[in-house]
Amino acid sequence: MRLTDLPLRQPAYVDWIDWAALTPSEGQRLREFGLCEGASVEALHHGGFLGKGPIACKVGRMTIAMRRAHATAITVRTGPEMAETEKAA
Amino acid sequence: MSALPLVALVGNPNAGKSALFNALTGARQKLGNYPGVTVERKAGRLSLPDGRPVELVDLPGTYSLDPTSPDEQVTRDVVLGRQEGERRPDALIVVVDASNLDNHLRFALELIALGLPTVVALNMVDLATRDGLELDANVLARELGVPVVSTVAVRKRGLDHLRQALEGQMNGAPAPYITGPVRDFDAVRTDARRIARAAIVRETPSRRLTAAVDRVLLHPVAGFLILLALLFVMFQAVFSWASAPADLLEGWVTALGEAVTATLPPGILHDFLLQGVVGGVGAVIVFLPQILILFFFILMLEATGYMARAAFIMDGLMARVGLSGRAFIPLLSSFACAVPGIMATRTISDPKDRLTTILIAPLMTCSARLPVYGLIISAFIPARDVGPGIGLQGLVMFLLYVFGIVGALIAAWALRLTVTKGQSSGFLMEMPKYQWPRPQDLLIGLWQRAVIFLKRAGTIILFTNIVLWALMSFPKAPDGVRQSEYSIAGRIAGGIHLLVAPIGFNRDISLALLPSMAAREVAVSAIATVYAIDAEDDVEALDKGLGERLQGRWSLATALAFLAWFVFAPQCISTIAVTRRETAGWKWTGFMIGYLFTLAYVAAGITYWTAVALGLG
Ligand SMILES: Nc1nc2c(ncn2[C@@H]2O[C@H](COP(=O)(O)OP(=O)(O)OP(=O)(O)O)[C@@H](O)[C@H]2O)c(=O)[nH]1
Ligand SMILES: [Mg+2]
Repeated sequence: MRLTDLPLRQPAYVDWIDWAALTPSEGQRLREFGLCEGASVEALHHGGFLGKGPIACKVGRMTIAMRRAHATAITVRTGPEMAETEKAA
Repeated sequence: MSALPLVALVGNPNAGKSALFNALTGARQKLGNYPGVTVERKAGRLSLPDGRPVELVDLPGTYSLDPTSPDEQVTRDVVLGRQEGERRPDALIVVVDASNLDNHLRFALELIALGLPTVVALNMVDLATRDGLELDANVLARELGVPVVSTVAVRKRGLDHLRQALEGQMNGAPAPYITGPVRDFDAVRTDARRIARAAIVRETPSRRLTAAVDRVLLHPVAGFLILLALLFVMFQAVFSWASAPADLLEGWVTALGEAVTATLPPGILHDFLLQGVVGGVGAVIVFLPQILILFFFILMLEATGYMARAAFIMDGLMARVGLSGRAFIPLLSSFACAVPGIMATRTISDPKDRLTTILIAPLMTCSARLPVYGLIISAFIPARDVGPGIGLQGLVMFLLYVFGIVGALIAAWALRLTVTKGQSSGFLMEMPKYQWPRPQDLLIGLWQRAVIFLKRAGTIILFTNIVLWALMSFPKAPDGVRQSEYSIAGRIAGGIHLLVAPIGFNRDISLALLPSMAAREVAVSAIATVYAIDAEDDVEALDKGLGERLQGRWSLATALAFLAWFVFAPQCISTIAVTRRETAGWKWTGFMIGYLFTLAYVAAGITYWTAVALGLG
């Protein structure tokens, strides 16, 4: 499921990120925000009129806003499996 | 420059670096609860516990040493010693937000790996506690291999420990400048997460205050309406709250003028003080309450964390004109003044995006235009309510600001289609946690603004007005001729009048246009001075307020055209100077001046001709 389709306030994990769909600096910024395969995410708010606005989501303890174009590049997975980083810890 | 040891404050945006800088040096750098407040290097002085002075620099926040925008570049260059003419820092204070540790530790690890003497300030521990998080600084220190001090920068907590730790680090062996092997980004992140988790002593489920508030404020429809309502209330308040203190100030100014008349014999000194100084500058000073009310709202927006939400709400609309929601923050800041607004565009990574934002920033109505709007509105718009609690004057003021915003968006759209064509950039932004501003911080902020405004009134506005008074007072007009027209200034204005007569401007306005480039408020003091000089011995005329005198001499069409001109027009000299610096040349600066003047002329013309056609001429 893409991050854009993730129901609000449902904890999930990042499965895969299509880095090629992002510009290098956007990819870098997302990485710096802590988004990576295995990171926990939760969609919090969809903004803008007619659903065309950005998406706010929680990554770790941080809330970040991104456009839908970025969110479609992020595939997420819900379910009981633990995130990789959490397994590592 | 001094050869004091150099210590740099580095860390993620919004970690509290500037708050710490202020607490340590006694400076008053701007704080704000959103990423990207500091956009340039600022230096101050700090004393170590043994009395040794060191130079402390506050830097823009960044997520890594790999910059994506001009402000982050400053930080990279200073930290790595690449800034021209600057030495490399001798030590670092790495500031991390305790309530967002795993993210901030990643950058901290990157900085520690530089091998400079380093102290970590574990800041905002109060916010972490609010979120139900308790951390052990000792565990962190052991894992990171550098001293870690818990701080609450805004309450000045932990500062002594921080100074001691810094001294300890700086007394150690001279910096080896051994940079560790550059580690893979993901490896550092995994490490950061592990350390952050290890440092947690207790974690109770947090009150998700921020998320709950955001459910309303970021709501697609409600959020937008709330933003509009906020701006609306702001301008209603500018009129309704300000009237009592403004009347008081006006009373003082009048009393001062009467005191001048009573004590000085008639003559040139009397005229100079009464017309040029008290009359002119006094007419501007009475707007102090309105300006402070405007700043009260802006400071609240900045301190609570709402700025980032405004950017989020506006992103959809901004995307349509080829900008990012991020650009809305510099634009909102331009309500205060376009100069810091233009500086704040340094946080925008895309150069075309940034240039477009710089070019439209002067369209946002800055606080220096408030006196002009205030004067014309209170003279020509009746002070009656058009609905429950909605004053007509505040409504007109709100509309003028909206025209500015809409004009800016249309201009951005047109620019993006033509001269600043390029790929539209994205919107990626951290949303800070809400904080309730502390009253003392607000009061200090307002006090600073009052001082700045009064200084402006006492320097540039006063000076411009004195020159203007002199040019308007000589040569003396023969009987039956208006002094303001016969004088040197009057003759220059006569030339300008030829250009602006088609859009309905009279000679008074022509006279005010040129000097108001120095500071926009001068438009008000200049007009006040014209009337004071022309009234001369006419005691009755002098007793009338400036607004009343305007009513007698200007048609409504002219007044409206003048307002329209000021919505779009002449940016002041400082805006032009900062644009030249930030765009590195005259090319875009010249373009900006040209298009804004054209826009202002056309807008004033359309307003005037429409008003005349409607019979308001
Ligand atoms: N509760 C709390 N708030 C803090 C603390 N330190 C700073 N703040 C607030 O956090 C916000 C950000 O602080 P700044 O000092 O502007 O942050 P900065 O690191 O300089 O941010 P940039 O200049 O954008 O990189 C402001 O609203 C401060 O008032 C703290 O220890 N506790
Ligand atoms: Mg700062």
